[in-house]
Amino acid sequence: MSILDPNSDAKNKLKIASLVEAEEAFLAKARTNANSVYFSQHHIEPVKPVKGEPARSVDPLQRPQNRRHFLASVAVLASSSVAGRAIAQTTPSLEGKAPPGAVWRSVPEDATKIPGTAIGEDGGYGTRSQFETEVRWRFGTKTPLSSWSMTPLEHGVGIITPSGLHFERDHGGIATIDPATHKVFVHGMVKQPKKFSMLDVKRFPSISRILFIECSGNGLTEWSKPTLKTVQGTHGLVSTSEWTGVPLSTILNEVGVKSGAKWLLVEGGDAAVMTRSIPIDKAMKDCFLAYGQNGEAIRPEQGYPLRLIAPGYEGNTHIKWVRRIELSDKPFMTREETSKYTDLLPSGKAVQFSLIMDAKSVITRPSGEMTLSGPGFYEITGLAWSGRGRIKRVDVSTDGGRTWKPADLQGPILPICQTRFRFPWVWDGKEAILQSRCVDETGYVQPTLGQLIEVRGLNGPIGSIYHLNAIQSWKVDTEGRVSNVHYY
Amino acid sequence: MFTTTKLFLQVTACGALFALNTYAVGADPVRYGFGEPASAHDLQDFVSSLPDGRDLPSGSGTISRGKQVYDEKCASCHGQKMEGGVGDRLLGGRGTLVNDDPKKAPVKTVESYWPYATTLFDYIKRAMPFYTPGSLTNDEVYSVTGYILSEANILKGDEPITAESLARVAMPNRDGFILDHRPDHFKPADKHPRLR
Repeated sequence: MSILDPNSDAKNKLKIASLVEAEEAFLAKARTNANSVYFSQHHIEPVKPVKGEPARSVDPLQRPQNRRHFLASVAVLASSSVAGRAIAQTTPSLEGKAPPGAVWRSVPEDATKIPGTAIGEDGGYGTRSQFETEVRWRFGTKTPLSSWSMTPLEHGVGIITPSGLHFERDHGGIATIDPATHKVFVHGMVKQPKKFSMLDVKRFPSISRILFIECSGNGLTEWSKPTLKTVQGTHGLVSTSEWTGVPLSTILNEVGVKSGAKWLLVEGGDAAVMTRSIPIDKAMKDCFLAYGQNGEAIRPEQGYPLRLIAPGYEGNTHIKWVRRIELSDKPFMTREETSKYTDLLPSGKAVQFSLIMDAKSVITRPSGEMTLSGPGFYEITGLAWSGRGRIKRVDVSTDGGRTWKPADLQGPILPICQTRFRFPWVWDGKEAILQSRCVDETGYVQPTLGQLIEVRGLNGPIGSIYHLNAIQSWKVDTEGRVSNVHYY
Repeated sequence: MFTTTKLFLQVTACGALFALNTYAVGADPVRYGFGEPASAHDLQDFVSSLPDGRDLPSGSGTISRGKQVYDEKCASCHGQKMEGGVGDRLLGGRGTLVNDDPKKAPVKTVESYWPYATTLFDYIKRAMPFYTPGSLTNDEVYSVTGYILSEANILKGDEPITAESLARVAMPNRDGFILDHRPDHFKPADKHPRLR
């Protein structure tokens, strides 16, 4: 079941249209939600001043300072007839309905005057605040069993993606697997084929690494024209977690690799029985089978109980729900590495095994659909990452790439990991084009879209589909509105 | 089973080896002895295939049987004429891959794009039909694979479809793939940028 495959012009348009639709549905909700960075005042019907104080605009980029104030006015308005429908939409929690991942609790007027929630009331596993509403949104495929969902990068702080917001790409639904009965078989060109239980896997010496995973289809809508509006839509198929597991080299040494073995087939235990071939050099160098994510067991949608981590390789090679590894002298030429994740060039030839994710960066705030409240100071911030190593520098331009200045990089700067950058900016109220450009430790410079298209061509509306790592441009208009543009 | 001391000694001794080699295929640096041997019986139901036909299971099919299987199990998603629906389009598209038109998409199908017939067997066997994956017998998968290739004008005649025959099939786009040439080398752009 393919979503990414451009089978016809009509189908392409349909696919992109449904992505746009999914994003629009999300935005429609977000614009009416005071907790969203996309909150738009226009959706609040007449707001009465609270006790002689003028109703204040809510600056989406400075929300933390303003929210308390805003919520106070909402609380007053909630009981008045003026507020009506708009207010109910503004804070879903007022209706007693908590966002996903949260539990609704009544909000006291003054939390210092009444005891809070009893410890342990959550059953021993915490939830996020009922006021935090960011979610992954899913591409509106015909079946939700083969689809993907995007990480809301615009809400992120630091470099770790919360496990519940890590992007997903599933080809046959999310498998439910009992670790007590799960086995991993390792066979093929090995001296002793073996099977390992999860208990066995966890007895081996473990490693932890903080790594990004990016779907090679990240940004596929953006080849020929700016299409999606938010950074979640344009860049949301990348996330970072700390992964813990056992090195594949340990497992392979356990079975004894026969000479001549060059490739591994790694197979998932989901309904798509997803497979990819991995070069054995890569497997021995730094691949591992992960059972931990951000300090706890890996999430079901991330491959519970066991997922392959192939640092720096395209996301689909990080096979989830791993149940089998087979060694061979040749690649298996599975469907995913022939008909799907290959990059068709205008020449008619397709690049195969384009496994490494090149360096890429994006400004996450301010980004598409946000509004700057007026001239003044803003911190430009975003993420940079490279599948080839560490990020060496990130430059930011506010004039569409005519001039560049170095951004501050937040440590730790880890190899094959997202790096947070920050750049202080005073907006003068004039039109601006915001861009970031990264360089990794190999000296690779992130290209403009024009440079990338020169190399890769544009054979169809979504080009060669995969590996779009070009510089992203956000236009700020004189009203402070931020939008996705192509500027190169 | 190792005693703790034995395991400790072995790990210590081999630690030195590790220091010399980032990895050593077949050098047996460390053996923990966890896990159990996997028997032929354990592995018998797994399917994977190499383009030369190795690893494909035994069995054989016919194009006529394949049509029955297709109509019954595949057509609802892939269309009566394999034109696609919820599932991928399977036929057509030859000659569309060479394309420099940003407005017109190449048509990538089994017929126009897939380089190996063995991949078709492998994928149908592991993941199709979408809502009841793994439900087809090997003979049914050989049959439906043969039927799709026959409709694509790639296979002709009444030869039984087997591991050997699939390995011999010359797919139209067999030579359509090249290896990754990256990293590309980009310099900071010096042109005058503009809105596009």
